[in-house]
Amino acid sequence: MSQRELPQHPDFLWTNPDPKKSYDVVIVGGGGHGLATAYNLAKHHGITNVAVLDKGWLAGGNMARNTTIIRSNYLWDESAAIYETSLKLWETMQEDLGYDVFFSQRGVLNLAHTMQDERDSVRRVEANRLNGVDAEWVTPQQVKELCPIININDDIRYPVMGGTYQPRAGIAKHDWVAWAYARRANEMGVDLIQNCEVTGFVMDGDRVVGVETNRGRINAGKVALAAAGYTSVLADMAGFRVPIQSHPLQALVSELHEIVHPTVVMSNHVHVYVSQAHKGELVMGAGVDAYNGYGQRGSFHVIEHQMAAAVELFPIFARAHLLRTWGGVVDVTLDASPVMGLTPVDQMYVNCGWGTGGFKAVPAAGLAYAHTIAHDEPHPLNRGYGLDRFVTGALIDEHGAAAVAH
Amino acid sequence: MTQHQNHHGGRLERGGRLDRDQPIGFTIDGTALTGYAGDTLASALVANGRLRVGDSIYLRRPRGVLSAGVEEPNAFVRVNGEHNESMLPATTLELRDGLDVTLLDGIGVLDDRPDRNEYDKMHVHADVAVIGSGPAGLAAAKEAASGGARVVLFEQDFELGGSLLSDPTITVADQGALDYVASVRAELEAAPEVTVLTRTCVFGSYDNNFLVALEKRDDVASAEGGVSRQRLWHVTAGQVVLAVGAFERPIVFSDNDVPGVMLASAVKTYVERWAALPGRDVVLFTTNDSAYETARCLTKAGATVTVIDARPEVKAATSAQEGARRAGLTVRTASAVVGIEGSEGVTGAFVASIDDAGQLAGDAELIACDLVAVSGGWTPNVSLHSQRQGQLAWDDVLSGFVPSAGVKNQFVVGAGNGTYDTDDCLIEGARAGRGAAAAAGFPASSSADGGDAVAESAEVWRARQHRAAGTVRPLWAVPAPDGSLDTHFVDPHRDNTAADVLRATGAGMRSVEHVKRYTSISTGIDQGKIGGVNTIGLLTQLLSGNDTKAIPSGQPGQDAADAVELTASGQPARRPTPGTIGTTTFRAPFTPVAFTALAGRGRGALFDAARTSPAHSWHVEHGARFEDVGQWKRPWFYPQEGEDMDAAVARECRAAREGVAFMDATTLGKIEIRGADAPEFLNRMYTNPFLKLPVGKGRYGVMCTVSGMVFDDGVTLRLADDRFFMTTTTGGAAKVLDWLEEWSQTEWPELDVTLSSVTEQWSTVAVVGPRSREVIAKLAPDLDVSKEGFGFMEFRETTLASGIDARVCRITFSGELAYEINVPRWYGLKVWEDVAAAGEEFDITPYGTETMHVLRAEKAFPIVGQETDGTVTPHDLGMDWVVSKTKEFIGKRSFSRAAFTEPGRKQLVSVLPLDHTLRLPEGAQLVEPDALGDYTGEGLPTAPIAMVGFVTSSYHSQALGRSFALALVKDGPTRVGQTLLASFGGKFAEVEVREPVLYDKEGARRDG
Ligand SMILES: Cc1cc2nc3c(=O)[nH]c(=O)nc-3n(C[C@H](O)[C@H](O)[C@H](O)COP(=O)(O)OP(=O)(O)OC[C@H]3O[C@@H](n4cnc5c(N)ncnc54)[C@H](O)[C@@H]3O)c2cc1C
Repeated sequence: MSQRELPQHPDFLWTNPDPKKSYDVVIVGGGGHGLATAYNLAKHHGITNVAVLDKGWLAGGNMARNTTIIRSNYLWDESAAIYETSLKLWETMQEDLGYDVFFSQRGVLNLAHTMQDERDSVRRVEANRLNGVDAEWVTPQQVKELCPIININDDIRYPVMGGTYQPRAGIAKHDWVAWAYARRANEMGVDLIQNCEVTGFVMDGDRVVGVETNRGRINAGKVALAAAGYTSVLADMAGFRVPIQSHPLQALVSELHEIVHPTVVMSNHVHVYVSQAHKGELVMGAGVDAYNGYGQRGSFHVIEHQMAAAVELFPIFARAHLLRTWGGVVDVTLDASPVMGLTPVDQMYVNCGWGTGGFKAVPAAGLAYAHTIAHDEPHPLNRGYGLDRFVTGALIDEHGAAAVAH
Repeated sequence: MTQHQNHHGGRLERGGRLDRDQPIGFTIDGTALTGYAGDTLASALVANGRLRVGDSIYLRRPRGVLSAGVEEPNAFVRVNGEHNESMLPATTLELRDGLDVTLLDGIGVLDDRPDRNEYDKMHVHADVAVIGSGPAGLAAAKEAASGGARVVLFEQDFELGGSLLSDPTITVADQGALDYVASVRAELEAAPEVTVLTRTCVFGSYDNNFLVALEKRDDVASAEGGVSRQRLWHVTAGQVVLAVGAFERPIVFSDNDVPGVMLASAVKTYVERWAALPGRDVVLFTTNDSAYETARCLTKAGATVTVIDARPEVKAATSAQEGARRAGLTVRTASAVVGIEGSEGVTGAFVASIDDAGQLAGDAELIACDLVAVSGGWTPNVSLHSQRQGQLAWDDVLSGFVPSAGVKNQFVVGAGNGTYDTDDCLIEGARAGRGAAAAAGFPASSSADGGDAVAESAEVWRARQHRAAGTVRPLWAVPAPDGSLDTHFVDPHRDNTAADVLRATGAGMRSVEHVKRYTSISTGIDQGKIGGVNTIGLLTQLLSGNDTKAIPSGQPGQDAADAVELTASGQPARRPTPGTIGTTTFRAPFTPVAFTALAGRGRGALFDAARTSPAHSWHVEHGARFEDVGQWKRPWFYPQEGEDMDAAVARECRAAREGVAFMDATTLGKIEIRGADAPEFLNRMYTNPFLKLPVGKGRYGVMCTVSGMVFDDGVTLRLADDRFFMTTTTGGAAKVLDWLEEWSQTEWPELDVTLSSVTEQWSTVAVVGPRSREVIAKLAPDLDVSKEGFGFMEFRETTLASGIDARVCRITFSGELAYEINVPRWYGLKVWEDVAAAGEEFDITPYGTETMHVLRAEKAFPIVGQETDGTVTPHDLGMDWVVSKTKEFIGKRSFSRAAFTEPGRKQLVSVLPLDHTLRLPEGAQLVEPDALGDYTGEGLPTAPIAMVGFVTSSYHSQALGRSFALALVKDGPTRVGQTLLASFGGKFAEVEVREPVLYDKEGARRDG
């Protein structure tokens, strides 16, 4: 489709019912993860008496704010398994959901700028390949061939020393993905309830039996948390703690330009990543703001620094214009891997901690989380991701070694 | 198009803020045209009879200039030059000689030639920042400055005056409007503490009155070389006065995007400010009184005007309608423009009566015209206010979202606050200026009464605003005779229509944020300045009260009371208002900013400071190749004539192992730790004990994270009972200092410790090798360098032969006898040169990081960040000896967790390729020989292959005469002697697992 065609959403997406008195499963949080979970419950487990509650507008949290990078070239086996399952699901999502989500497998390049970057990159590539994930180490010259607008000269402070490339990786349109799940879930009987903030839990002993909301009490057989950065607040209400810190993470776009950028480029060392969306806007992000907070706003110096990196790497961007900045609240665990599994509360489940990179995980997380809820036990994909790892110390540290956000 | 373009008016004989003695030639799409100094590109186009600009982005409809300001959704150009810049609105582009532009159709073209201009940044502290220089802003700045406060006045236009530039004939503070502007400007410029910045748009407002603004300086930049083209201002303001005006809204009707449909206020601006007449036969379609001013100025300029007023007849003699009639205009009330004749340009307007419900009440009549001026009401410019989370509320009388509660240390005045009467703007501005000055500690000196008495309460002031605004009858969408909404443009830049909004609500969209995303309204360059409120207005018509239950609260401008009432009763009683819906979120930037302006000078070498040691020049002169380590440029190796890296490193290694070599170790992080509790503090930070370290001695220590993972390492010297000198890794220095500060400040404030970074204060030379003692003896004659007199991990303060005071330590990172000479940084180069001279007779050899890595790897000394990755404990590195079993320290608790005691941890070993010449790539993965199954390395395996470890470091060893590697391998020590396969690039090579230390296992070489 040409960049001068504005694709249209379907004529009908979802109904807006009042909450019923009771559901088999109440999912708290209508982001990508909550919606995909509802879809999977209905589709694969025959559980359709489900409500997805969101305090705001549906998929208006991080799901509406991310830079949509999808890849599976994670370092550790557990990560490779879940993200690669996800990537395979992305490859069939359009047919599965009957919605063109603009999944574009344009490849993702992760640049290396230091010798340690290079070591880490090679390590990750070799691990990826043995895990069945497509990945290659590319030289600066190959980087240039993949993305001709990148400056690979050494006239910049941290010249490009090469990179890793995953050809099957890419981007999609976030709203379209969320709405695709929402529409199908709704068709199968799931109630999508917006403007419905969970303010407390109704307990029967150790077991959760409902939620209190600004729209009244809703009884629930099971309660599944999918509230990203707000999970700590909800867990607190339920009487347990989750090891996440919430940080602002910003992103930005330019106005529309004729397409010049064929792939997705990420550089952790100089802190910028960028793709050019279907319509032609440059979509960019950087690292998290250092402080913790629930304000969906970040600091401007982060953006200035990222722009310097962007213009260094892509001289052609010099006079693209910053059109809009925004921020989300990302839920970062200490090992930069998610938390998915059972909780200390009976019939309550948790899925959070996806931090800066949970968009790509939406399809697989929906699959695994629905399984966890339906069977009251983790799916093989999330067995290593339980809360207990913070007690046993069996961390899956994607921070240190991979050190690639998003 | 050519045929049509000259129908429009053109330049008036007189008037306007133009320098008619200074004609300016410019080119648009190859056609040469002329304007005057003082024009914008858009005003020059209008003066040349050209309203038509590029086509629309998706529907490819002809478009024309709609506005005269930053909200322009249609007139985008590419400015051609040494570096082309796309997507600039013609309405804000100052006309310059030789300006060469190309009209764009909604999409820009990036230029791949480098932008060689300079961009810079400024940081200022202001007592009072005033944003906007209309009457309210000028009055505020004048008052604020009168008491001596440091005031900065920002104006995005190249002229001060704001709306007064379009109202030159009115009287302001007993003067002509422009005289008033000139007199305030003169006053401000005369005040020593005041800065007036024109062409400077404040585009972001952050917590604590931190503002970001962009100044366009093409005028200065083109005149003088070496001057920045644009400048980013970072402003920290005590008080902020927002005097940022309001935007006029278009009206949504059929074909409202045809060139020649223009905002009424823009028409007035073109006529009054630029003496440019956009049309001669004008239909003026309004919902409010403000557009009657446009009618008046058009008539004066010789145009004919027919007024179509959506409101019913207001019989009062004082009404704008009656006034216009008295002036000889035709005024049709309770009517609307329902369609346009013409596609490339307006040739007529279809006008019909409308009833109280806004429905058509009669047949449409065609009125021939070449311009349709529209006014759908006014929207206060609340972006900066709302960026700071300032509250908004819908005001039905003003028909707009207005600031409803202030932000701390901010004032909102003038049209941006819904104050539309010029005198009231002066009063409100002056009051804010005085309030801001007083709050900033510089009470205004002026005795002007400024009407404080008039508005003690918000309600009284609101009533006054309401009176001034008159009656507004918003028409969110004017029905077309054929019932269609397909060409009712709500957001012309994004080509979105009322039909799109209808589709969105039909699809179930309730939140304005969903409607935005379903349609793409407000996502373009004007970010909703044109279409935002009209969309919300439309939603009030398309949604029922019941639908609004699904509208989440939390949007700016949402009426909290409304939400409560709706949800509590369950059955909402009334239709939604714009306040039920709220607006989309306002975000920086208020207007677009070029990426490169944000990058500023932070490019090339200035992207990140490059730190170098005092001996850097020596390294350069001696041919060193450098490696980036953190921010440091470290010598990597020193190739000699004809040597490649391997040869150079082999030679350097040999020197260190067999003779003497020296290395610049200045880059190591250094932290001085003082205080009565310094020993206790260190004892908690390091895994090994530090309480009893004697003065005069050093100790190697390891720090862990709370989860027990190695975080940094280094040697710490005890200088005195309460004074330590810690070294950290080169890349880890800042991180470690932060870490120490965090624990000291937030966890253990009761400990008496003070931390100072002294990395920059010291310069360090490592002298390494069996003959290092002889070199040190020459350099430091006062020192007893004997084995007995100067033990390992001791240090001495001494005066070198050169007279320079030095601290000499016996530390080794190679296993060889070695010393480190620390001197104040100032003497770094001198001492380095002295070492070179003293060592000359021993053939002393400089070596870089590569040799350092080889030497330490032969001894299996880990490098944090290379052998560790945040998942490695000291035990994994075989360093159990460094972990105290008795004391408490950070990370200790984690070592008793299951994952730390169970088998399967990756542990440090060395691996030797069976092929002695093969140097494994660092990062290669290790698998068991039978793990591959039928996988040959071609393509990808069908099922995951289990990995048991990976290579962290890999070199050729000069000492061993073969290649070797360090690796982290699951249960490594138990696998010694086993063969594994290293996997890299689709190839596999056999390697043997060995104990980590490959050279001088007994440590015999340490003492020389
Ligand atoms: C700027 C930015 C860029 C990013 N880029 C990428 C990327 O390129 N690739 C990638 O894979 N990931 C990326 N991410 C991360 C990704 O967006 C998140 O990991 C993912 O969206 C989180 O899952 P979610 O969609 O379910 O969360 P969300 O969309 O945040 O959903 C959580 C929902 O819970 C609701 N909620 C919270 N509390 C309550 C309550 N008490 N009651 C009811 N509802 C509640 C919220 O309103 C919200 O809608 C990025 C994130 C940001 C912020």
